[in-house]
Amino acid sequence: MSSTTGTMTATSAHPKTHAKPVSMVLHGLLAEFDDDHKLVAACKKVRDAGYTDWDAHSPFPVHGIDRAMGISMTKLPIFIFFCGALGTATGVIMQWWMNAVDYPFLISGKPFWSLPANIPVIFELTILFSALSAVIGMFAFNGLPRHYNPLFRSERFKRATDDRFFISVLASDPRFNLNSTRSLLESAGAAAVERVDDTSESEAPPRLFIWAHAILLCLALIPIAMIYRARNAPIDYPRLHVIFDMDNQEKYAGKQAANPAFVDGRAMRLPVAGTVARGMLRQDPALTDGRVGDRWLTVFPANVTIDDALLKRGQNRYEIFCAPCHGFDGSGNGRVTDVARERGLGWVEPKNLHDEDVRLRPVGHLYNTVKNGIRTMPPYGDQISGESDRWAVVAYIKALQRSQRAAPGDVPTEKKDELNNRK
Amino acid sequence: MATIVHEFDNTFEDPQKRPPLVVGDHSFHTVTEAVCRINESPTAPALWWIIFVGGVALLANLGAMIAYLFFTGVGVWGLNNPVGWGFDITNFVFWVGIGHAGTLISAVLFLFRQKWRTGINRFAEAMTIFAVICALLFPGIHVGRVWLAFYLFPLPNQMGMWPQFRSPLLWDVFAVGTYFTVSLLFWYTGMVPDLATLRDRAKTKIAQIGYGIFALGWNGSARHWHRYERAYLILAALSTPLVLSVHSVVSFDFATSQLPGWHTTIFPPYFVAGAIFSGMAMVITLAVPARVIYNVKDIITLHHLDVMNKCILATGSMVGFAYITEFFVAWYSGNNYEWFTFKNRQMGPYWWSYWIMFTCNVIIPQIYWFKWARTNIPLMFVISLLVNVGMWFERFVIIVTSLHADFLPGAWDTYSPTWVEYLTLAGSFGLFFTFFALFLRFLPIIAIAEVKGVMPRKHAHGHGHGGDGHGHLEAAR
Ligand code: HEC
Repeated sequence: MSSTTGTMTATSAHPKTHAKPVSMVLHGLLAEFDDDHKLVAACKKVRDAGYTDWDAHSPFPVHGIDRAMGISMTKLPIFIFFCGALGTATGVIMQWWMNAVDYPFLISGKPFWSLPANIPVIFELTILFSALSAVIGMFAFNGLPRHYNPLFRSERFKRATDDRFFISVLASDPRFNLNSTRSLLESAGAAAVERVDDTSESEAPPRLFIWAHAILLCLALIPIAMIYRARNAPIDYPRLHVIFDMDNQEKYAGKQAANPAFVDGRAMRLPVAGTVARGMLRQDPALTDGRVGDRWLTVFPANVTIDDALLKRGQNRYEIFCAPCHGFDGSGNGRVTDVARERGLGWVEPKNLHDEDVRLRPVGHLYNTVKNGIRTMPPYGDQISGESDRWAVVAYIKALQRSQRAAPGDVPTEKKDELNNRK
Repeated sequence: MATIVHEFDNTFEDPQKRPPLVVGDHSFHTVTEAVCRINESPTAPALWWIIFVGGVALLANLGAMIAYLFFTGVGVWGLNNPVGWGFDITNFVFWVGIGHAGTLISAVLFLFRQKWRTGINRFAEAMTIFAVICALLFPGIHVGRVWLAFYLFPLPNQMGMWPQFRSPLLWDVFAVGTYFTVSLLFWYTGMVPDLATLRDRAKTKIAQIGYGIFALGWNGSARHWHRYERAYLILAALSTPLVLSVHSVVSFDFATSQLPGWHTTIFPPYFVAGAIFSGMAMVITLAVPARVIYNVKDIITLHHLDVMNKCILATGSMVGFAYITEFFVAWYSGNNYEWFTFKNRQMGPYWWSYWIMFTCNVIIPQIYWFKWARTNIPLMFVISLLVNVGMWFERFVIIVTSLHADFLPGAWDTYSPTWVEYLTLAGSFGLFFTFFALFLRFLPIIAIAEVKGVMPRKHAHGHGHGGDGHGHLEAAR
């Protein structure tokens, strides 16, 4: 840097904004041109004079200026290419992992992973990533956003985005010299050459600005804190919902208020006199509840006949409703149980139906388990409706239990041969 | 100021001469002036107020309709069992279609070096963005339980489930989402130099800070322009396949189903042509009043309108050809259901919608074979409105006539929209026009820097490429 670029103190050009004198340093020289051809010609001269830290400014991209300034081709396209490739990879891996690995979707028996159906999303993500990288990369390579630029201190420079053309040569250029650079620019056809100064130290933002930000930041935390509290604090009324009556239906149950829709104020209607609702007759507690008094039945009730058809029915119901947890053989290895084990979810293991205690349960107790559930097991009385189906399931459990600890004597004579012939 | 008062006819067809893209006696400064004064004038023209106030009123109505829908449920619409898609998806496809012209003009014409695009591209891109916002609204609100609309996106959730990527509805989420993002980037990137112009001319502190923030400190550096032009070219190259893919994907929503009337391979190209058709019409609908209100007739010249009307003629004929092909294939396929659906479209309970569509889209634009029609401003304004009506009905025909009577006559039913649906449709125009009015008022409506690049030059060039003005924003070497 030449000796002419010393620090100097001057009262600022904007007395309104800075009350006290600010020390200024030379930033560079700004030359104005009134048309783009003069600009291109001048650029060639500045380039040939060996300057490196300089730039041209124009309201629109000027034809041929890249060569005149010696700007080499940008690396931006390469950057965009790699980002686009990243988009492709994201599309492939995301869809494969989500639909074939983490949550396999079986759609009309198609393979979990087959490319054609996944191409549109891969394509869109490739474009999305490339376009984002093109714009973000372009601004980043250009060093933008940069809202403060010493050149903006020049009134003249405002026309760089309107109809004037400029060359700025910065004082940081090793060849910069206030006098010789000025004469170079003038000889290159500049309509005017101006010196641009910059403050030597960065100005602190106004106090008010900082305080306003601090206060806004604190205020912004309030809603977050309120949401956190609303989600976590124990409360004795239903939590807030966006649309309340879709999640919590309006109903009179538990409302402890008279229902205005009926004269008697009851929400629930009484049955028509002399009628009994389905399943409410309970004439034979042995059949419907599996017990007499408070004693569980130990034998099947009289009107349940155990035959092949009943066992088949029991198997059918069992495999639909019970096997998902207890497994097809009752040993507690159902599909749901397996998944829960794999994923390590907190899960009360279903009972092994061949355990000693279950084996010794009276049939009435088993019946009750099917109908009303037990401990953590939910009731299945609603799904397996009708006493005979429930007893059928009980009969099938009994058959399962026997099958697991059968003695040779249990095999019926007509099946003996089959057993003996098996190796 | 060198604006012209009467129409200057620069629509001549002499292949040896290029029509000037900016007419009147303009210098760089007067171009800046012509565009910036729109944003800088302290008062807005009366017509602007009409658009803005009307838009805001309709927007408020949209808010009310959406609130009613959310708090009461989708039952407030007239949808029923066979017709599960009605106005909602019709409006969605309609608005997405409108959105296509913007990117077509900015990207495809850019790649083909059609310099006339510079006068209208900012405009058309803004239109695209607002139209896509309107479009995105409808799938969002039609899902029934809006608070679960996030299921559309592959977000981790408490059920450990992921969306199903074989579904074209999910492709749609990605296609339209990408399209919106890329259009926004394109629009904004193109606008940065012009925002810098507004910043440098700003008289008030608020304008200075506002435009200053979004201008990102742009200073017209040649090194910046170099990367900028590269990025812009690449964006155009990316948007071109994108614009074709978006409406193709939208058409997959229908084409990949088994429904007669939807299950056809002609859908993707036919949808794309229709989209460009409706988008061009919308550009005319907006450009004609705008050039009058703001007196920018010398930048959006008669030549621009003429060329756009040619595009309307071409794409309208393509769409007509597709209608006829579809009909022929339905008959030729020998498939009873297919053939029934197409006869039902023309002669069934919704025959009127089919014929409105056919008249507005195919028959009326044929008048553009004549040059007097292409350069007649009131006429083209009316036709552009009719084309938009026709294109709205096209989507209605495709959706409703196919759904209401499919395979089993026992499951047929007709659909009639409720007042809520009509008002929601009107409200979506409110959304569009509110945004558009704000854009007209506060943002540079014409790409100033680009227009300067294609201006006819007063003085002769050293390199001998003056005259029609070589595009400076064309591909960097
Ligand atoms: C959702 C999983 C699940 C399903 C489905 C299920 N169970 Fe259970 N079952 C359990 C669990 C868990 C236990 C152990 C409960 C505990 O210990 O808290 C259990 C326990 C039992 C027991 C032992 C009760 C005792 O006496 O201790 C029996 C018997 C039984 N289930 C039968 C059935 C039958 C029959 C069905 C079909 C109708 C069925 N379960 C369906 C989860 C299930």
